[in-house]
Amino acid sequence: MISPTRYREVITMADQIIEMFSYSFMVRALIAGIFISLCASLLGVSLVLKRYSMIGDGLSHVGFGALAVAMAFGAAPLKVAIPVVIIAAFFLLRISENSMIKGDAAIAIISTSALAIGILSVSLSTGINTDVYSYLFGSILAMTSSDVIMSVVLCVIVILLFVFFYTRIFAVTFDENFAKATGIRAGIYNMLIAVLTAVTIVLGMRMIGALLISALIIFPSLSAMRVCRSFRAVVLTSAVISVICLCLGVTASYIWATPTGASVVIANLIVFICFWIAGRVKKS
Amino acid sequence: MSLIRCKDLKLAYEKTAVLEGIDFSVETGDYLCVVGENGSGKSTLMKAILGLITPAGGTIEFGDGLERNEIGYLPQQTIVQKDFPATVQEVVISGCLNKRGLHPFYSSDDKGAAKKNMELLKIYDLSKECYRDLSGGQQQRVLLARALCATSKMLLLDEPVTGLDPLVTKEMYALIKELNEEEGITVMMISHDVGSATEYANRILHLHNRQMFFGNTEDYVKSNIGRKFLGDDITDKIPRGDYYG
Repeated sequence: MISPTRYREVITMADQIIEMFSYSFMVRALIAGIFISLCASLLGVSLVLKRYSMIGDGLSHVGFGALAVAMAFGAAPLKVAIPVVIIAAFFLLRISENSMIKGDAAIAIISTSALAIGILSVSLSTGINTDVYSYLFGSILAMTSSDVIMSVVLCVIVILLFVFFYTRIFAVTFDENFAKATGIRAGIYNMLIAVLTAVTIVLGMRMIGALLISALIIFPSLSAMRVCRSFRAVVLTSAVISVICLCLGVTASYIWATPTGASVVIANLIVFICFWIAGRVKKS
Repeated sequence: MSLIRCKDLKLAYEKTAVLEGIDFSVETGDYLCVVGENGSGKSTLMKAILGLITPAGGTIEFGDGLERNEIGYLPQQTIVQKDFPATVQEVVISGCLNKRGLHPFYSSDDKGAAKKNMELLKIYDLSKECYRDLSGGQQQRVLLARALCATSKMLLLDEPVTGLDPLVTKEMYALIKELNEEEGITVMMISHDVGSATEYANRILHLHNRQMFFGNTEDYVKSNIGRKFLGDDITDKIPRGDYYG
């Protein structure tokens, strides 16, 4: 038997979820968030498997730097950040591919420098205000209708490319040299994934936060890899995980008034732990 | 006409020559072993044949209806692959991509080719298994099946027995020999195991930043360089420079 108090709690929570959809900013955040996390999870499968996870992290820091500089000069944030982050993606990919330079150290240098430039330009102009705070840790209010449209467009592009090039993305991810030997131009696919990741990060970072957005890329595919035994299953499972975690995180942040980005990441962490345990149990 | 003909080939990394004066050919049905020490340019030659690097001089010609992307390549395993979540079927069929052109999906012909090659290498019962759960020998068979999907003419194998235990190594060599003799597939193998190379191959190419020997295995065994390289108990004692005196 459910006690009357518990019953009331359940009812209030359901009411709150219904109420959530009456706020247009929540609906925008949910729609944009679902599409962005879907993109992030698809791109993440390839990035994580190729050991390029740090690129996502590096790009988000560069994104923050670019947004902060744009803000200081009063320019439109996205118009500055997207090209800057795409250029950074080219560089980071080149660094990671070139084994002569210590790739992880170089990425750390670039990301901390970008962060420092961002913080410096902010403190010289407006000072640390709520805008900066929301860029770092995300804000549910950040998504405008044009962001929603851009997220949907980006997501459609990513899904179409993923379906059309699925076999080749698999080949390049699994074995780049073999893929090159069979005439696939692996560099182009790497670049395509890096550019799409850059755009995904810039779109998502204002809602999830520059310091947290790379979790959206890494967590879903890592969780999926704990239990899935085929590439196709990993791709599909991580897409599903990312959407579910986003919805859970956003809902939780509405009900308990927690920060959105952190809530989404915690949801991803919980799913990861569950999948990790499931993978262990399955193995033994 | 040879399958592959290298004429006065010169290969370099950023203007430092790694290999010079390479002149050899691969004929249909050959089993050619490329031997030499680490850093002698074996892998560089292989990359040039696959088109991954551009020669600094000389030419590589393909003949007998062989196109560059029709070489079945068996690369060395990378760290990325060790825990890669993919089924055997997914890995093997990816060898068919060179026939796909711009078409995004595999055809039923591709699926048939993948099945045929998995059966040939006796891994069809593993086709739904996850690649990362297989043993080293099984993984090599999977990659070999993938290479066979990419070719019906020629295999290029890069140290195919690295990391395998002695018994599995022997099986792998026997399998490659079988493919060469019974399926009529030309084999070019990179190896630092000179003993096995002379046991299985009919031709030897010995590299040491230049071409030290190219010819039949019987001649190689009798040659000075071959004798020195094969006597593994003396190799440790002779200073390196003396090989090439």
